[in-house]
Amino acid sequence: MTAVPGGRPSSWRKGAHPSYAAFVVHRASGLALALFLPVHFWALGQAIQGEATLDGFLRWTERPAVKLAEIVLVMLLAAHFAGGLRLLFLEFVGWRDWQKAAVAAGAGFSVAAGLLFLLNLVG
Amino acid sequence: MSEQPDSGPALAVKVWRGRETGGFQEFRVPRQANQTVLDVVTWIQRHLDPTLSYRFACRVGMCGSCAMTVNGTPRWTCRTHVSKVEQGGAVTIAPLDNLPVVKDLAADMTAFFDKWQRAGGHFVPPEERPADFVAVPPGTRERRAADAGIECIGCGVCYAACDIVRWNPDYLGPAALNRAWTLVNDVRDAGGDARLAAVAGDAGCHACHSQENCRQHCPKHINPTAAIAGLKRATAVALLKGRL
Amino acid sequence: MTVATEPRGELRLWLAQRASAAVLALCVAVHLALIIYAVRGGLSAAEILGRTRGSVAWLAFYLLFVAAVAVHAPIGVRTVLREMTAWRGRSLDLAAGAFGIFIAVFGARAVWGLFQ
Repeated sequence: MTAVPGGRPSSWRKGAHPSYAAFVVHRASGLALALFLPVHFWALGQAIQGEATLDGFLRWTERPAVKLAEIVLVMLLAAHFAGGLRLLFLEFVGWRDWQKAAVAAGAGFSVAAGLLFLLNLVG
Repeated sequence: MSEQPDSGPALAVKVWRGRETGGFQEFRVPRQANQTVLDVVTWIQRHLDPTLSYRFACRVGMCGSCAMTVNGTPRWTCRTHVSKVEQGGAVTIAPLDNLPVVKDLAADMTAFFDKWQRAGGHFVPPEERPADFVAVPPGTRERRAADAGIECIGCGVCYAACDIVRWNPDYLGPAALNRAWTLVNDVRDAGGDARLAAVAGDAGCHACHSQENCRQHCPKHINPTAAIAGLKRATAVALLKGRL
Repeated sequence: MTVATEPRGELRLWLAQRASAAVLALCVAVHLALIIYAVRGGLSAAEILGRTRGSVAWLAFYLLFVAAVAVHAPIGVRTVLREMTAWRGRSLDLAAGAFGIFIAVFGARAVWGLFQ
């Protein structure tokens, strides 16, 4: 437990279960994607200056650091998407006792998306 | 209860003393067979420090009065065996989170029950008495939804476990919303759209992010997450139909 | 029990978030599939523009995508800020709205740039 100066310590162990982890992933990925959006639109907006400019930018993205970032972004998007589907079902259809399995499936989907992306990058 | 100590090294027990500010006081407590955390607290108060304040009543997992934070999680101390939670012979006991502290291990439950009222968590009888008894078949979807939540005894564990309660002081909390859902599903209740309005919005069901800390920690295995999801559906329908 | 007006506003935001999420479920599914497909053999402007230039279908799809994100992201970010920081009230609402307008404008601009 971490101590708050002079006060009661906060307890983090309450969140040691899949649905909470899913919440953390959903929130973190959502924030990351929201921050990425302006960058994404700027990058795509390069097309306005013509095909050559867009091509120049795309070649810059070939570097490994950028490709790694792209893999991470694909996984974040896949995770946020899968988690969102689980929440939409939970809220509009109802809670089912396979929530844990759904969380695991979402994580698996995210990993699969990242792997497929990586495979297509190098293959 | 036998007071003969078991063999083995004594437990190192840290107990919160004071109010919002204060500190942990350490006690050494002899081990007993089948010892619960409530047994430990009681032993300290009787043998080591009579000024220790704590709450309990039934001692047998029926009333929920003994709920405290044990090694970081909210639980009923009478139903928590020391052997299940001790970490390297140590146990840390604090009052329930998200509530003001009266003293030591006793939390102030006023806000918890105030929010119960604010959520419309009370039966509203119809204006006119029905001509005959209302038939409530137990197998209907509404009755099964209500039955899933009516065993709540207001212990506050879910409230203490919830992040949203911690982040949003106005948030009504899982217990109050769960109770409101049981009444929304009670065909005899006439609370109607006024109750839906009471549970809608930022202080209500829409603040929930389905973290499920409530369901995970509820000693009665109630599922407030499911109830709150139901309230989200009911309020959305009411809004779309122009009733809210 | 009184009916407060503020909860209705929050309810509407919640509903808009879920509705845009449903639209995004479709858009993102397509987008993810396209990303994974298009990255084969490397990205090139010719390949991307060959798909999007003059295509009314892709234009419509991406404009819908941008519109849904312009609703979904600001509401989400607003919620996170209200819960995890001290920022709330009118100024936060306006900032979130501005973020939404920014996404709509720059997103549409990028989509148009790929179309024409």
